[in-house]
Amino acid sequence: MKLELRGITKRFGALVANDHIDLVVNSGEIHALLGENGAGKSTLMNVLYGLYTADEGDIVLDGVVHKFKGPGDAMAAGIGMVHQHFMLIPVFTVAENVVLGHEPTGILDTLDLDSARKLVREISDRFGFEIDPDALVEDLPVGAQQRVEIIKALARDAKVLVLDEPTAVLTPQETDELMGIMKGLAKAGTSIVFITHKLREVQAVSDRITVIRLGAVVGEAKPTDSAATLATMMVGRAVDLSVTKKAPKHGEAGLSVTGLTVIGDRNNKVVDSVSFEVHAGEVLAIAGVQGNGQTELAEALVGLRTPSAGSIHLGKMDITHSSVREVIDAGVGYIPEDRSKDGLVGDFTIAENFMINRSYGPPFAKGLTIDFANRERIAAELIDAYDVRTPSQVTLAKKLSGGNQQKVVVARELSRELNLLIASQPTRGVDVGSIEFIHDRIIATREAGKPVVIISTELDEVTSLADRIAVMYRGRIVGIVDAKTSRETLGRMMAGATV
Amino acid sequence: MSYGTETPVVGRGAAVIREIMSGGSARALLSVVAGFVIGAIFMVFSSEEFLAAAQYLTSRPADALGAAWTAIAEGYSALFRGSIYNYKADDIVAAFRPMTETLRFAGPLIASGLGIALAFRVGLFNIGASGQLLFGALWATWISTRVSLPWGVHLVVAVLVAILGAAAYGAVVGFLKARTGAHEVIVTIMLNYIAAGILTFFFRTPELLREVDGGGTPKSDAPATTAQLPLLLGPDFTLHAGFILAIVGVFVYWWLMERSTLGFRFRMVGHNADAARTAGINVERTFVLAMAASGAFVGLAAANQALGVQAGLTPDMDGTIGFDAITVALLGSSTAPGVLLAGLLFGAFKAGAPQMQVIGLSPEITGVVQGFIVLFIAAPPLVRAIFRLPPPQKTTVIADWWQKLTTKGDAK
Repeated sequence: MKLELRGITKRFGALVANDHIDLVVNSGEIHALLGENGAGKSTLMNVLYGLYTADEGDIVLDGVVHKFKGPGDAMAAGIGMVHQHFMLIPVFTVAENVVLGHEPTGILDTLDLDSARKLVREISDRFGFEIDPDALVEDLPVGAQQRVEIIKALARDAKVLVLDEPTAVLTPQETDELMGIMKGLAKAGTSIVFITHKLREVQAVSDRITVIRLGAVVGEAKPTDSAATLATMMVGRAVDLSVTKKAPKHGEAGLSVTGLTVIGDRNNKVVDSVSFEVHAGEVLAIAGVQGNGQTELAEALVGLRTPSAGSIHLGKMDITHSSVREVIDAGVGYIPEDRSKDGLVGDFTIAENFMINRSYGPPFAKGLTIDFANRERIAAELIDAYDVRTPSQVTLAKKLSGGNQQKVVVARELSRELNLLIASQPTRGVDVGSIEFIHDRIIATREAGKPVVIISTELDEVTSLADRIAVMYRGRIVGIVDAKTSRETLGRMMAGATV
Repeated sequence: MSYGTETPVVGRGAAVIREIMSGGSARALLSVVAGFVIGAIFMVFSSEEFLAAAQYLTSRPADALGAAWTAIAEGYSALFRGSIYNYKADDIVAAFRPMTETLRFAGPLIASGLGIALAFRVGLFNIGASGQLLFGALWATWISTRVSLPWGVHLVVAVLVAILGAAAYGAVVGFLKARTGAHEVIVTIMLNYIAAGILTFFFRTPELLREVDGGGTPKSDAPATTAQLPLLLGPDFTLHAGFILAIVGVFVYWWLMERSTLGFRFRMVGHNADAARTAGINVERTFVLAMAASGAFVGLAAANQALGVQAGLTPDMDGTIGFDAITVALLGSSTAPGVLLAGLLFGAFKAGAPQMQVIGLSPEITGVVQGFIVLFIAAPPLVRAIFRLPPPQKTTVIADWWQKLTTKGDAK
């Protein structure tokens, strides 16, 4: 099916999220929609899927103009969508999930699960998905769950499949498998819209690329264009994606973690006897697929979770059972992975956000009151030094773009006297321009002789920042390897293989 | 100090509070206007002239309209005479008395409104103003009727004890929430019953606080003259120093919430408890402190009720202050000036209602107006929360207009 979007415009108040966007996806084509976070990709796809109504423009399928009142209309017209966050019911089987909402029924309206199983098996066999229709979704690995989402769309005869940031949760191997599946579907005639900001994947799989920036199409690119060209189109200026750093100067152990075990929310060992050391002036990256205990490890390091066994030493100081405030006072900077939940108070101003972890004394407090003059001065300095793009320092944090929000967090954490920096997904959802800036700052911290722990699921980030890489799998560290280790080896380790 | 590992519930409730509070002064003002319009409708339909004229509405509609207009004008001018200035009064004292009555009624509303407002700012629904007030008043009454102290000292001690008593009662709520995760709405409601029970028991028991030579009904002695809040404008007016306490409370509240680091942490927990925890704030301890502070402001109202009288007290001394305080905090958007103005408005309703009764209108109309004002402010987010509707995609015309007025630049 040929999909055409003609002059789609969507406004939210004064903000134009989509500005006359034209997009043509031919039958059997993988069309990548490349753009930074906040460029308007998701808005455009929500218009296509009937979740938003466009203010102007038409959706044309095989020459016929469609008006979608909701996702139901879009699905009926042959559009399927795989969301970034899966819409599956974990305790249902694959077959039950696939037919949910349009269940085949037998006599007396009973659920006809046999034909549901047959449907799943048929689609699964046709494209080599290897999915058991009777498996419970919660038992499946993430990559397989994603394939269930794809089956769900195909089961409703989707001729146009929209994949929204599909690789964010996958291992490199699973990503490769997904790309194979995408190529197979395209060959069978399905049109695919592939939304991403990862240049490597765009180059590997797409037939054509449309780049959008600030809500408008900036142009079309070919997969053979270099990453630098694509990044420049995406950001609007030349970006340097490589990180230059000096050789590590191995100081004494800054952080040593021994046999650390953390019991998770479901009473299981989410961090299992983890030991490692980070030297002063070194970056240790903790790699792994999301959900393998990295989050809990970081939270244990900063005092948000209480370890059930093991110890954490910062220099000679034992901080295993220290409170968060004690850890902060010990000079540990922490960039949490979810900035809007844990890193910022959205309804506070930027200036207020700079003082949230230092409200007890100078420079932000004078006795029992806030030192407003000092806060204003420091906020102005930090906004300037960390290039936070904001109308003023009294702008609410929630009004900033993701990249600028992250710069506020980074500025707050790095502007203190640090003895250790822990950065969890420091550039998630951050535009390319800001990624460059944040990476430079993290490396500057390392050059200043501080130990740095980076927790990231992005292999590119891990390999470019790290001096050594520890790979976590199911709560354990499967190995600590040199930063020059190949992506293939790291990928195997992320799937649990020991070195 | 450390508490258990239970994480208190910080979820939908706090989000609803945030949305209600974010309405700003435009929504508050519109709600007040809309409330008065509804009140006018009630006045029209309780006017016999209008109902008579409505019988022949089609033949002579001007009669009905005229009657409606007269009903509204008379009703609201009665409210004005009863609460601000009585231009029909014989002498100057009587003319100005309504205004002083408004201030007298507003005092405890403002004070307890501040307490509820503080809890709101920390993301907590304190429904327990009534219990906190009664518990504070209980100990203040003990000081004022059972202890002899010199002039000056007696009053100060009694007021402090009222504040401490109410604060302690509030702290219990915070402690239970922090320790066990119990929801503060349930806890405060239950503690209201308990406080009322304890107070009645004390007022009924001769060895405790019952009136000397009293009968079987629960009642205390009048507070000693040394412990009474002094009259501010001489014996012609009943306005007493309780209003001063409330005004002092407004300034303290403003300083605490807008200037102090403790208030900063209160607000941080209210806006985003996760971020506060990550920033090293002990969220559980903050709940205890905030509920104690909330109770302390209610304690000012307790002092007002227990020490602002020359007669003995009965267990219903809290009247409807406990719930009125919630409406004051809501209308005032939990800010110091907002609570002050909302308290004055609702104080005026209380003062003016009897005048409406004099001209034959039901005094409950002011209660209806008050209810609708709060409904207009709080209902949209509450309705959405109950039916789990998404927040509105589009802003309203008025909100747009207001935003244009109040913001200059926009974030990129």
